[in-house]
Amino acid sequence: MSEEQIRSLERNFNERIERDEKIEPKDWMPEKYRKTHIRQISQHAHSEIVGMLPEGNWITRAPSLRRKVALLAKVQDEAGHGLYLYSACETLGVSRDELYEQLHTGKAKYSSIFNYPALTWADMGAIGWLVDGAAIINQVPLCNTSYGPYARAMIRVCKEESFHQRQGFEIMLKLANGTPEQKEMAQDALNRWWWPSLMMLGPTDDKSVHTEQSMKWKLKRKTNDELRQQFIDQTVPQADVLGLTIPDPDLKWNEERQSYDFGEIDWDEFWQVVKGHGPMNKERMKARVGAWERGTWVRDAAMAHAEKKQARKEKQVV
Amino acid sequence: MATKNWPLWEIFVRSKNGLEHRHFGSLHAADAEMALENARDVYTRRNEGVSIWVVESKHITASNPENNGELFEPAQDKVYRHPTFYDVPDEVKHM
Repeated sequence: MSEEQIRSLERNFNERIERDEKIEPKDWMPEKYRKTHIRQISQHAHSEIVGMLPEGNWITRAPSLRRKVALLAKVQDEAGHGLYLYSACETLGVSRDELYEQLHTGKAKYSSIFNYPALTWADMGAIGWLVDGAAIINQVPLCNTSYGPYARAMIRVCKEESFHQRQGFEIMLKLANGTPEQKEMAQDALNRWWWPSLMMLGPTDDKSVHTEQSMKWKLKRKTNDELRQQFIDQTVPQADVLGLTIPDPDLKWNEERQSYDFGEIDWDEFWQVVKGHGPMNKERMKARVGAWERGTWVRDAAMAHAEKKQARKEKQVV
Repeated sequence: MATKNWPLWEIFVRSKNGLEHRHFGSLHAADAEMALENARDVYTRRNEGVSIWVVESKHITASNPENNGELFEPAQDKVYRHPTFYDVPDEVKHM
Protein backbone atom coordinates (compact mmCIF):
# COMPACT_ATOMS: atom_id res chain seq x y z
CA MET A 1 0.00 0.00 0.00
CA SER A 2 1.32 3.44 -0.88
CA GLU A 3 1.81 6.04 1.83
CA GLU A 4 -0.92 8.13 0.27
CA GLN A 5 -3.36 5.21 0.56
CA ILE A 6 -2.42 4.63 4.19
CA ARG A 7 -2.91 8.30 4.97
CA SER A 8 -6.34 8.23 3.42
CA LEU A 9 -7.27 5.06 5.35
CA GLU A 10 -6.05 6.70 8.53
CA ARG A 11 -8.12 9.82 7.88
CA ASN A 12 -11.17 7.69 7.29
CA PHE A 13 -10.41 5.70 10.46
CA ASN A 14 -10.04 8.79 12.63
CA GLU A 15 -13.30 10.19 11.30
CA ARG A 16 -15.11 7.00 12.19
CA ILE A 17 -13.86 7.25 15.76
CA GLU A 18 -14.86 10.89 15.96
CA ARG A 19 -18.37 9.91 14.86
CA ASP A 20 -18.37 7.40 17.76
CA GLU A 21 -18.44 4.44 15.39
CA LYS A 22 -17.00 1.26 16.82
CA ILE A 23 -14.00 -0.48 15.29
CA GLU A 24 -14.42 -4.24 14.89
CA PRO A 25 -11.69 -6.90 14.59
CA LYS A 26 -11.60 -7.25 10.79
CA ASP A 27 -11.76 -3.50 10.10
CA TRP A 28 -8.64 -1.77 8.86
CA MET A 29 -6.79 -0.05 11.71
CA PRO A 30 -3.46 1.74 12.05
CA GLU A 31 -0.71 -0.55 13.31
CA LYS A 32 -0.20 1.73 16.29
CA TYR A 33 -3.88 1.42 17.26
CA ARG A 34 -3.57 -2.36 17.16
CA LYS A 35 -0.35 -2.39 19.21
CA THR A 36 -1.60 0.08 21.80
CA HIS A 37 -4.78 -1.93 22.25
CA ILE A 38 -2.91 -5.20 22.59
CA ARG A 39 -0.72 -3.56 25.24
CA GLN A 40 -3.56 -2.02 27.21
CA ILE A 41 -6.07 -4.88 26.99
CA SER A 42 -3.48 -7.52 27.85
CA GLN A 43 -2.14 -5.44 30.71
CA HIS A 44 -5.69 -5.22 31.96
CA ALA A 45 -6.20 -9.00 31.59
CA HIS A 46 -2.92 -9.74 33.38
CA SER A 47 -4.00 -7.47 36.24
CA GLU A 48 -7.18 -9.49 36.71
CA ILE A 49 -5.22 -12.74 36.74
CA VAL A 50 -2.47 -11.57 39.10
CA GLY A 51 -5.16 -9.80 41.15
CA MET A 52 -6.50 -13.20 42.18
CA LEU A 53 -3.32 -14.00 44.09
CA PRO A 54 -3.47 -11.65 47.12
CA GLU A 55 -7.13 -12.53 47.72
CA GLY A 56 -6.85 -16.21 46.88
CA ASN A 57 -4.47 -16.49 49.83
CA TRP A 58 -7.27 -15.50 52.20
CA ILE A 59 -10.06 -17.80 51.02
CA THR A 60 -9.19 -20.55 53.51
CA ARG A 61 -8.93 -18.01 56.31
CA ALA A 62 -12.18 -16.13 55.72
CA PRO A 63 -13.81 -15.59 59.12
CA SER A 64 -17.26 -16.96 58.21
CA LEU A 65 -19.05 -18.92 55.52
CA ARG A 66 -20.74 -15.74 54.28
CA ARG A 67 -17.35 -14.09 53.79
CA LYS A 68 -15.89 -17.20 52.25
CA VAL A 69 -18.53 -17.67 49.54
CA ALA A 70 -18.30 -13.96 48.69
CA LEU A 71 -14.52 -14.02 48.41
CA LEU A 72 -14.59 -17.21 46.35
CA ALA A 73 -17.13 -15.66 43.99
CA LYS A 74 -15.08 -12.49 43.71
CA VAL A 75 -11.87 -14.34 42.88
CA GLN A 76 -13.77 -16.44 40.35
CA ASP A 77 -15.11 -13.23 38.77
CA GLU A 78 -11.56 -11.96 38.43
CA ALA A 79 -10.59 -15.11 36.56
CA GLY A 80 -13.63 -14.51 34.35
CA HIS A 81 -12.70 -10.87 33.76
CA GLY A 82 -9.19 -11.92 32.79
CA LEU A 83 -10.68 -14.39 30.30
CA TYR A 84 -13.12 -11.86 28.75
CA LEU A 85 -10.19 -9.52 28.25
CA TYR A 86 -7.78 -12.09 26.86
CA SER A 87 -10.47 -13.11 24.41
CA ALA A 88 -10.99 -9.46 23.36
CA CYS A 89 -7.22 -9.08 22.98
CA GLU A 90 -6.92 -12.18 20.81
CA THR A 91 -9.27 -10.61 18.24
CA LEU A 92 -6.36 -8.26 17.46
CA GLY A 93 -4.31 -11.14 16.12
CA VAL A 94 -2.19 -12.08 19.12
CA SER A 95 -2.36 -15.60 20.59
CA ARG A 96 -3.12 -16.47 24.20
CA ASP A 97 0.24 -18.17 24.43
CA GLU A 98 2.10 -15.05 23.37
CA LEU A 99 0.19 -13.05 25.97
CA TYR A 100 1.03 -15.49 28.77
CA GLU A 101 4.62 -15.55 27.60
CA GLN A 102 4.78 -11.75 27.88
CA LEU A 103 3.37 -11.87 31.41
CA HIS A 104 5.60 -14.68 32.58
CA THR A 105 8.81 -13.19 31.23
CA GLY A 106 8.02 -9.78 32.71
CA LYS A 107 7.74 -8.18 29.29
CA ALA A 108 4.13 -7.19 29.95
CA LYS A 109 3.06 -5.25 33.01
CA TYR A 110 0.11 -5.64 35.32
CA SER A 111 -1.35 -3.19 37.82
CA SER A 112 1.36 -2.47 40.37
CA ILE A 113 -1.16 -2.46 43.22
CA PHE A 114 -0.96 -6.26 43.34
CA ASN A 115 2.68 -6.04 44.30
CA TYR A 116 1.67 -5.03 47.80
CA PRO A 117 1.06 -7.75 50.41
CA ALA A 118 -2.37 -8.56 51.91
CA LEU A 119 -1.39 -8.86 55.56
CA THR A 120 -4.65 -9.14 57.49
CA TRP A 121 -8.31 -9.96 56.90
CA ALA A 122 -9.02 -6.22 56.83
CA ASP A 123 -6.97 -6.07 53.64
CA MET A 124 -9.74 -8.06 51.93
CA GLY A 125 -12.04 -5.21 52.91
CA ALA A 126 -9.66 -2.46 51.85
CA ILE A 127 -8.89 -4.15 48.51
CA GLY A 128 -12.57 -4.52 47.63
CA TRP A 129 -13.47 -1.03 48.78
CA LEU A 130 -10.46 0.92 47.48
CA VAL A 131 -8.74 -1.15 44.80
CA ASP A 132 -11.96 -2.29 43.15
CA GLY A 133 -13.37 1.19 43.72
CA ALA A 134 -10.47 2.75 41.82
CA ALA A 135 -10.72 0.04 39.16
CA ILE A 136 -14.41 0.86 38.60
CA ILE A 137 -13.57 4.55 38.12
CA ASN A 138 -10.99 3.51 35.54
CA GLN A 139 -13.23 1.01 33.83
CA VAL A 140 -16.61 2.70 33.51
CA PRO A 141 -15.42 5.13 30.79
CA LEU A 142 -13.96 2.15 28.90
CA CYS A 143 -17.45 0.75 28.30
CA ASN A 144 -17.60 3.43 25.57
CA THR A 145 -14.16 2.88 24.11
CA SER A 146 -13.77 2.70 20.33
CA TYR A 147 -12.70 -0.94 20.00
CA GLY A 148 -15.87 -3.04 19.99
CA PRO A 149 -14.63 -6.26 21.65
CA TYR A 150 -12.92 -4.29 24.44
CA ALA A 151 -16.01 -2.15 25.07
CA ARG A 152 -18.23 -5.25 25.22
CA ALA A 153 -15.87 -7.00 27.64
CA MET A 154 -15.80 -3.90 29.82
CA ILE A 155 -19.59 -3.69 30.00
CA ARG A 156 -19.67 -7.20 31.39
CA VAL A 157 -16.79 -6.48 33.78
CA CYS A 158 -18.39 -3.30 35.13
CA LYS A 159 -21.70 -5.03 35.77
CA GLU A 160 -19.96 -7.55 37.99
CA GLU A 161 -17.51 -5.23 39.66
CA SER A 162 -19.89 -3.33 41.92
CA PHE A 163 -20.51 -6.43 44.05
CA HIS A 164 -16.77 -6.55 44.62
CA GLN A 165 -16.64 -3.06 45.99
CA ARG A 166 -19.71 -3.46 48.18
CA GLN A 167 -18.51 -6.72 49.74
CA GLY A 168 -15.21 -4.98 50.57
CA PHE A 169 -16.97 -2.02 52.10
CA GLU A 170 -19.14 -4.35 54.17
CA ILE A 171 -16.03 -6.06 55.57
CA MET A 172 -14.61 -2.64 56.51
CA LEU A 173 -17.90 -1.54 58.07
CA LYS A 174 -18.12 -4.65 60.22
CA LEU A 175 -14.54 -4.25 61.44
CA ALA A 176 -14.88 -0.50 61.97
CA ASN A 177 -17.89 -1.11 64.20
CA GLY A 178 -16.31 -4.07 65.99
CA THR A 179 -13.87 -4.28 68.90
CA PRO A 180 -11.13 -1.63 69.21
CA GLU A 181 -8.66 -4.16 67.84
CA GLN A 182 -10.86 -4.80 64.82
CA LYS A 183 -11.27 -1.11 64.17
CA GLU A 184 -7.53 -0.65 64.43
CA MET A 185 -7.06 -3.44 61.92
CA ALA A 186 -9.42 -1.68 59.50
CA GLN A 187 -7.60 1.64 59.98
CA ASP A 188 -4.25 -0.05 59.43
CA ALA A 189 -5.48 -1.57 56.16
CA LEU A 190 -6.76 1.83 55.00
CA ASN A 191 -3.39 3.37 55.91
CA ARG A 192 -1.52 0.86 53.78
CA TRP A 193 -3.88 0.74 50.77
CA TRP A 194 -4.84 4.40 50.41
CA TRP A 195 -1.77 5.73 48.62
CA PRO A 196 -1.21 2.72 46.37
CA SER A 197 -4.89 3.02 45.34
CA LEU A 198 -4.34 6.63 44.30
CA MET A 199 -1.27 5.57 42.33
CA MET A 200 -3.37 2.93 40.58
CA LEU A 201 -5.02 5.64 38.54
CA GLY A 202 -1.70 6.23 36.83
CA PRO A 203 1.00 8.91 36.67
CA THR A 204 -0.01 12.58 36.70
CA ASP A 205 -1.15 13.99 33.37
CA ASP A 206 2.11 15.83 32.70
CA LYS A 207 4.03 12.54 33.12
CA SER A 208 1.64 10.22 31.31
CA VAL A 209 3.10 9.35 27.91
CA HIS A 210 0.08 7.64 26.40
CA THR A 211 -2.75 9.94 27.47
CA GLU A 212 -2.99 12.20 24.44
CA GLN A 213 -3.12 9.47 21.81
CA SER A 214 -5.37 7.32 23.97
CA MET A 215 -7.86 10.16 24.39
CA LYS A 216 -8.04 10.54 20.60
CA TRP A 217 -8.86 6.87 20.20
CA LYS A 218 -11.34 7.03 23.07
CA LEU A 219 -9.25 4.35 24.71
CA LYS A 220 -9.21 6.80 27.52
CA ARG A 221 -12.04 9.23 28.12
CA LYS A 222 -10.76 11.05 31.18
CA THR A 223 -7.21 11.86 32.22
CA ASN A 224 -5.49 10.16 35.15
CA ASP A 225 -5.74 13.28 37.29
CA GLU A 226 -9.45 13.64 36.62
CA LEU A 227 -10.06 10.02 37.52
CA ARG A 228 -7.98 10.34 40.68
CA GLN A 229 -9.89 13.40 41.80
CA GLN A 230 -13.17 11.62 41.14
CA PHE A 231 -12.01 8.64 43.21
CA ILE A 232 -10.95 10.82 46.14
CA ASP A 233 -14.14 12.89 46.11
CA GLN A 234 -16.26 9.78 46.15
CA THR A 235 -14.23 7.83 48.71
CA VAL A 236 -13.66 10.42 51.46
CA PRO A 237 -17.35 10.54 52.49
CA GLN A 238 -17.36 6.73 52.56
CA ALA A 239 -14.42 6.76 54.99
CA ASP A 240 -16.47 9.15 57.14
CA VAL A 241 -19.30 6.63 57.23
CA LEU A 242 -16.80 4.02 58.40
CA GLY A 243 -15.44 6.39 61.02
CA LEU A 244 -11.92 5.83 59.68
CA THR A 245 -9.29 8.45 58.92
CA ILE A 246 -7.74 8.84 55.47
CA PRO A 247 -3.95 8.87 56.05
CA ASP A 248 -3.36 12.25 54.41
CA PRO A 249 -2.86 15.31 56.65
CA ASP A 250 -3.26 17.60 53.64
CA LEU A 251 -6.66 16.26 52.67
CA LYS A 252 -9.09 19.18 52.83
CA TRP A 253 -12.42 20.14 51.23
CA ASN A 254 -11.94 22.97 48.74
CA GLU A 255 -15.15 24.97 48.65
CA GLU A 256 -14.21 26.84 45.51
CA ARG A 257 -13.36 23.71 43.47
CA GLN A 258 -16.10 21.66 45.17
CA SER A 259 -13.48 18.94 45.48
CA TYR A 260 -10.91 17.67 47.95
CA ASP A 261 -7.35 18.96 47.90
CA PHE A 262 -4.90 16.21 48.72
CA GLY A 263 -1.26 15.68 49.59
CA GLU A 264 1.73 14.79 47.46
CA ILE A 265 1.85 11.24 46.12
CA ASP A 266 5.17 9.43 46.49
CA TRP A 267 5.84 8.81 42.82
CA ASP A 268 9.31 7.41 43.50
CA GLU A 269 7.63 4.54 45.27
CA PHE A 270 5.26 4.08 42.33
CA TRP A 271 8.09 3.84 39.79
CA GLN A 272 10.08 1.52 42.06
CA VAL A 273 7.12 -0.88 42.20
CA VAL A 274 6.46 -0.58 38.45
CA LYS A 275 10.10 -1.42 37.79
CA GLY A 276 9.79 -4.60 39.81
CA HIS A 277 11.07 -3.53 43.22
CA GLY A 278 7.77 -3.63 45.10
CA PRO A 279 7.39 -5.82 48.18
CA MET A 280 5.67 -8.67 46.29
CA ASN A 281 6.72 -8.48 42.61
CA LYS A 282 8.89 -11.59 42.75
CA GLU A 283 6.46 -13.54 44.89
CA ARG A 284 3.51 -12.83 42.55
CA MET A 285 5.38 -13.89 39.43
CA LYS A 286 6.70 -16.99 41.16
CA ALA A 287 3.16 -18.00 42.14
CA ARG A 288 1.75 -17.28 38.68
CA VAL A 289 4.50 -18.98 36.68
CA GLY A 290 4.55 -21.89 39.12
CA ALA A 291 0.81 -22.46 38.72
CA TRP A 292 1.14 -22.34 34.93
CA GLU A 293 4.01 -24.81 34.89
CA ARG A 294 2.42 -27.19 37.33
CA GLY A 295 -0.65 -27.20 35.11
CA THR A 296 1.23 -28.21 31.96
CA TRP A 297 0.59 -31.93 32.34
CA VAL A 298 -3.12 -31.28 32.90
CA ARG A 299 -3.40 -29.23 29.71
CA ASP A 300 -1.46 -31.86 27.79
CA ALA A 301 -3.57 -34.70 29.19
CA ALA A 302 -6.81 -32.89 28.33
CA MET A 303 -5.63 -32.37 24.77
CA ALA A 304 -4.51 -35.99 24.41
CA HIS A 305 -7.85 -37.18 25.79
CA ALA A 306 -9.78 -34.93 23.40
CA GLU A 307 -7.80 -36.26 20.43
CA LYS A 308 -8.34 -39.85 21.51
CA LYS A 309 -12.08 -39.31 21.82
CA GLN A 310 -12.19 -37.66 18.43
CA ALA A 311 -10.26 -40.53 16.83
CA ARG A 312 -12.63 -43.07 18.39
CA LYS A 313 -15.63 -41.18 17.08
CA GLU A 314 -14.21 -41.06 13.56
CA LYS A 315 -13.53 -44.81 13.66
CA GLN A 316 -17.14 -45.53 14.60
CA VAL A 317 -18.36 -43.48 11.66
CA VAL A 318 -16.25 -45.61 9.30
CA MET B 1 6.50 -28.08 27.66
CA ALA B 2 2.95 -28.15 26.34
CA THR B 3 2.80 -29.99 23.04
CA LYS B 4 -0.38 -28.46 21.66
CA ASN B 5 -2.39 -25.42 22.61
CA TRP B 6 -6.07 -25.74 23.32
CA PRO B 7 -8.04 -24.41 20.34
CA LEU B 8 -10.21 -21.31 20.47
CA TRP B 9 -14.03 -21.61 20.64
CA GLU B 10 -16.70 -19.00 20.04
CA ILE B 11 -19.48 -18.97 22.60
CA PHE B 12 -23.15 -18.23 21.90
CA VAL B 13 -25.67 -17.96 24.72
CA ARG B 14 -29.47 -17.86 24.69
CA SER B 15 -30.33 -15.64 27.63
CA LYS B 16 -33.90 -16.94 27.87
CA ASN B 17 -36.31 -19.00 25.85
CA GLY B 18 -37.86 -16.93 23.12
CA LEU B 19 -34.61 -15.12 22.37
CA GLU B 20 -31.90 -16.13 19.92
CA HIS B 21 -28.42 -17.27 20.85
CA ARG B 22 -26.08 -14.29 20.88
CA HIS B 23 -22.29 -14.18 20.58
CA PHE B 24 -20.80 -13.67 24.06
CA GLY B 25 -17.07 -14.06 23.47
CA SER B 26 -14.55 -16.83 23.11
CA LEU B 27 -12.44 -19.16 25.20
CA HIS B 28 -9.91 -21.97 24.91
CA ALA B 29 -10.78 -25.62 25.54
CA ALA B 30 -9.45 -29.03 24.54
CA ASP B 31 -12.76 -30.16 23.03
CA ALA B 32 -16.41 -29.19 22.61
CA GLU B 33 -17.48 -30.74 25.87
CA MET B 34 -14.88 -28.79 27.84
CA ALA B 35 -15.74 -25.65 25.89
CA LEU B 36 -19.35 -26.00 27.09
CA GLU B 37 -18.27 -26.47 30.70
CA ASN B 38 -15.87 -23.54 30.57
CA ALA B 39 -18.47 -21.37 28.86
CA ARG B 40 -20.84 -22.04 31.72
CA ASP B 41 -18.24 -20.84 34.23
CA VAL B 42 -16.95 -17.91 32.20
CA TYR B 43 -20.12 -16.51 30.66
CA THR B 44 -23.08 -17.58 32.81
CA ARG B 45 -22.10 -17.07 36.45
CA ARG B 46 -25.18 -14.91 37.06
CA ASN B 47 -28.04 -16.61 35.24
CA GLU B 48 -27.12 -15.03 31.90
CA GLY B 49 -28.22 -18.07 29.97
CA VAL B 50 -30.44 -21.11 29.50
CA SER B 51 -28.62 -22.59 26.52
CA ILE B 52 -25.08 -22.49 25.14
CA TRP B 53 -23.64 -23.17 21.68
CA VAL B 54 -19.92 -23.60 21.17
CA VAL B 55 -18.26 -23.50 17.75
CA GLU B 56 -14.57 -23.90 17.13
CA SER B 57 -13.46 -20.50 15.85
CA LYS B 58 -11.69 -21.92 12.79
CA HIS B 59 -15.05 -23.15 11.44
CA ILE B 60 -16.49 -19.63 11.22
CA THR B 61 -16.26 -17.90 7.86
CA ALA B 62 -16.64 -14.14 8.19
CA SER B 63 -17.26 -11.54 5.53
CA ASN B 64 -14.48 -9.05 5.01
CA PRO B 65 -15.20 -5.35 5.72
CA GLU B 66 -13.31 -4.56 2.49
CA ASN B 67 -16.20 -6.13 0.60
CA ASN B 68 -18.85 -4.22 2.51
CA GLY B 69 -19.53 -2.05 -0.52
CA GLU B 70 -20.50 -4.83 -2.89
CA LEU B 71 -22.22 -6.81 -0.15
CA PHE B 72 -24.33 -4.19 1.56
CA GLU B 73 -24.57 -1.07 -0.54
CA PRO B 74 -26.98 -2.51 -3.13
CA ALA B 75 -29.64 -2.61 -0.40
CA GLN B 76 -29.32 1.11 0.25
CA ASP B 77 -31.08 2.37 -2.90
CA LYS B 78 -33.94 -0.11 -2.80
CA VAL B 79 -36.39 2.18 -1.06
CA TYR B 80 -39.27 0.26 -2.66
CA ARG B 81 -38.59 -2.55 -0.19
CA HIS B 82 -39.94 -0.35 2.59
CA PRO B 83 -43.62 0.36 3.27
CA THR B 84 -43.13 4.13 3.34
CA PHE B 85 -42.30 4.07 -0.41
CA TYR B 86 -45.97 3.48 -1.26
CA ASP B 87 -48.67 6.15 -1.28
CA VAL B 88 -51.84 5.25 0.52
CA PRO B 89 -54.67 7.81 0.98
CA ASP B 90 -55.23 9.11 4.54
CA GLU B 91 -58.70 7.56 4.69
CA VAL B 92 -57.08 4.16 4.81
CA LYS B 93 -56.27 4.04 8.47
CA HIS B 94 -54.51 0.80 9.19
CA MET B 95 -52.25 -0.65 6.57
